[in-house]
Amino acid sequence: MDIGPILFSLRRNKVGAILIVLQIALTLAVLCNALFIIEQQIALSRAPTGITEESNTFFISNQWIGKTADLAARLQTDLATLRALPQVADVTVSPSRPLGGRGMGMNVTLYPGKGRGSLASVFPVDDHALNALGLKLVAGRNFRPEEVLLSHGFTDDYKSWGNVIVTRELARRLDSGRDVLGRTAWLGKIKATIIGVVDQLVPGRVAGDSTTAENSVLVPLLWADSNIFYIVRANPGQVATAMAFARDRLYSISRQRTIASELTFTEARQDFYHGARGLALLMSSICLILVGVTAFGIIGLTSYWVSQRRRQIGIRRALGATAVSILRYFQMENLLIAGAGSVLGIVLGLAMNLWMLQSIASARLPLFYLIAGTVLVLGLGQVAVLWPALRAAAVPPATAARGS
Amino acid sequence: MFGYYFNLALRSLRRNVVLTALMISAIGIGIGASMTMLTVFRAASGDPIPGKSAQLFVPQIDNFGPQSKMPIETDDLLPPVVTYFDADEWMRSHPAVRQAAMYPISITITPSDPTRNPIRADARATYGDFFSMFNVPFQFGGPWSRVEDSSHAAVIVLTRELNHVLFGGANSVGKNLLVGDKTYRVIGVMDEWRPTPRFYDVDGATFSGQDQLFLPFTRAIEEQMPTVARFNCDQTGPGKGWQGLLASNCVWIRFWVELPSARDVASYQSFLHNYAAEQLQRGRFNWRARVGLRNVRQWLSYNHVVPPTVETLTSVSFALLLVCILNAIGLMLAKFMARTGVISIRRALGASRLAIFGQFMLEAAVIGLAGGLVGLGLIQLGLVSCRLVLERDLSVLARLHGSDVLIAMTLALVATLLAGLYPTWRAMQVPSALQLKTQ
Repeated sequence: MDIGPILFSLRRNKVGAILIVLQIALTLAVLCNALFIIEQQIALSRAPTGITEESNTFFISNQWIGKTADLAARLQTDLATLRALPQVADVTVSPSRPLGGRGMGMNVTLYPGKGRGSLASVFPVDDHALNALGLKLVAGRNFRPEEVLLSHGFTDDYKSWGNVIVTRELARRLDSGRDVLGRTAWLGKIKATIIGVVDQLVPGRVAGDSTTAENSVLVPLLWADSNIFYIVRANPGQVATAMAFARDRLYSISRQRTIASELTFTEARQDFYHGARGLALLMSSICLILVGVTAFGIIGLTSYWVSQRRRQIGIRRALGATAVSILRYFQMENLLIAGAGSVLGIVLGLAMNLWMLQSIASARLPLFYLIAGTVLVLGLGQVAVLWPALRAAAVPPATAARGS
Repeated sequence: MFGYYFNLALRSLRRNVVLTALMISAIGIGIGASMTMLTVFRAASGDPIPGKSAQLFVPQIDNFGPQSKMPIETDDLLPPVVTYFDADEWMRSHPAVRQAAMYPISITITPSDPTRNPIRADARATYGDFFSMFNVPFQFGGPWSRVEDSSHAAVIVLTRELNHVLFGGANSVGKNLLVGDKTYRVIGVMDEWRPTPRFYDVDGATFSGQDQLFLPFTRAIEEQMPTVARFNCDQTGPGKGWQGLLASNCVWIRFWVELPSARDVASYQSFLHNYAAEQLQRGRFNWRARVGLRNVRQWLSYNHVVPPTVETLTSVSFALLLVCILNAIGLMLAKFMARTGVISIRRALGASRLAIFGQFMLEAAVIGLAGGLVGLGLIQLGLVSCRLVLERDLSVLARLHGSDVLIAMTLALVATLLAGLYPTWRAMQVPSALQLKTQ
């Protein structure tokens, strides 16, 4: 098809064409970045936690009232009572929990004094943690009961924590993929031997820092402090009864406590990623509206051009042009305009990504999203132009004779 | 003339209902989306304490030193919080008009009714100056004074909400309350006070978080109440026990000062510099520590309080508004140019170009106002969805204020008038019918 006449007529409708080019460009720029962000946010909210049975595993936030010297003994009583419940598979205790929104960050390294090490989320737990959380041990072994140290909180001034278990990702980072089992790690200034590697355990804080997303350390400490979480895995199908019984039992042992936020990890995950899903949702709605507005813009302007050129179309038809060739003309015209818009849109999209890198985007825009966005806007143009183009094709040849 | 043009505009808009509806919805959708996000953005970036935000300052000091590898998230690597040691020294030397150290704690309250379970509350340990410095309104009683600060008194200030839960909203001043396992006396009940963002503590839930109870800092330290915020320690660690923590180089305490005049600011600056020099002299630091002093507005932007989510959504929604405006330009062009014949007759009958300009700009204004009204409806819809899906901390920001309505209508009008400029200019170029005939 000869595009000469199309370019010639576009030159006469410069402003209209420029308006569509700009709309297409902006739509493409927003669309490819938004799709990228949406994909990232959804992936984030679906990322595995390492907890095998999220819907059967729940936590109880427990806070003791007042300062008591026998916290360790109280903790042991609570744990024994909870473990004795027939609905409960296993229980562990920790001052922080996965997806809790806050955590204890510590710098972990195998080579003290060299480099920065890796920031990791520290979970002080007892020897039941692997079973209670359902973590998959991929190398080494679990803590033995006698290895669990009694702790009174962070101000215990430890020199060594004996043994620790790390996540696979942290293990990989610690010594660029070399085996870390049996090696000595430094957590701040505290020394410990790595005795096990678990497949995965999501840290307390995730959002905003992808570099620490998979770094967790389990430390064998029975955390006798006033604020702790009991992490309970219920037997399949018994999570609701386990929750109710657990609360009752704990209160019947002692009322010198407050119990709050009993949630399963399924609920905790929904809570934690509520914002990420919301962002994806809002972005998608803005994109949908944007696509709709642009489509109507194209329909409106093309219809105007068609009505302006009814006479010329009639003349072409009278001179022997088929209805299909009129249809093709408008489709080609739109393709040219949308093509120009796409080129500008890709440039704008890349610029937008650079700006977003400083805030919300975690990486450079992959080529895929640029291509997908371009295909989308070109397709959008073709779909939008179809109705006015069909109307143009329906102009009867006799129009030429009737004047304008 | 205005009435006539207005009439003409209405008649013209009625002529092609589809085109008119498209234009009005384009403007409405653009305004609806952009103003929804701008409303949230404005709430997130608003001045939480108008009239005083230029007089309240946060002092900072680099207690980790230039060699530190600490992951401090601020741009200039100054910790946003200070050590107990520095906070205590600054409180003691008292160089500002008012000053308050503070940290968040979690406390339990045991109701006197034994059938009710104890409840947990977010609380803040601070100094009496906190209340006067931040203009906190009181419903009953008042803040504690420096006497209670120095005597480590067991007194508390309740928020209106917590007073409602505990005492049914009655005047509880003088009543006793079991906080932890110690008895505290209620000294004041605050009236509704919700600075947004919560500028004095920008860690955690900056927009929705609220302290329910306040008690003296000195008392909390004596009772060894731990902070519930993050604390950052360097390689020297938190030390042994509570005394070890207080003497450690860990940062966990927020500090605010009130400096009403430029002279006060300058003198506090020099106080901080002298303090840093003194630490070097005394051998506590082996570096000359950098210091910082930022007022509320500077502090909020330094801490990037406006979440990237809101920034991104706002800019994307304004891109949408731009597309809507481009769209409206095209549609208006089509609409105005369809009336070439009428324009040329009006010109032939003696209408000046200026008159044409007035007529078409008025038509644009009518479209803009109609679009703005549609937009207002969509903003309400947008804000409802924002409240449902935004991060919980941000959902409190999705509320419409009178000023937002005004901005929305102005934006709609200005945007549509700008969009109408080119189509109107084209309409003005239409020659009169007389000229057409002679051609």
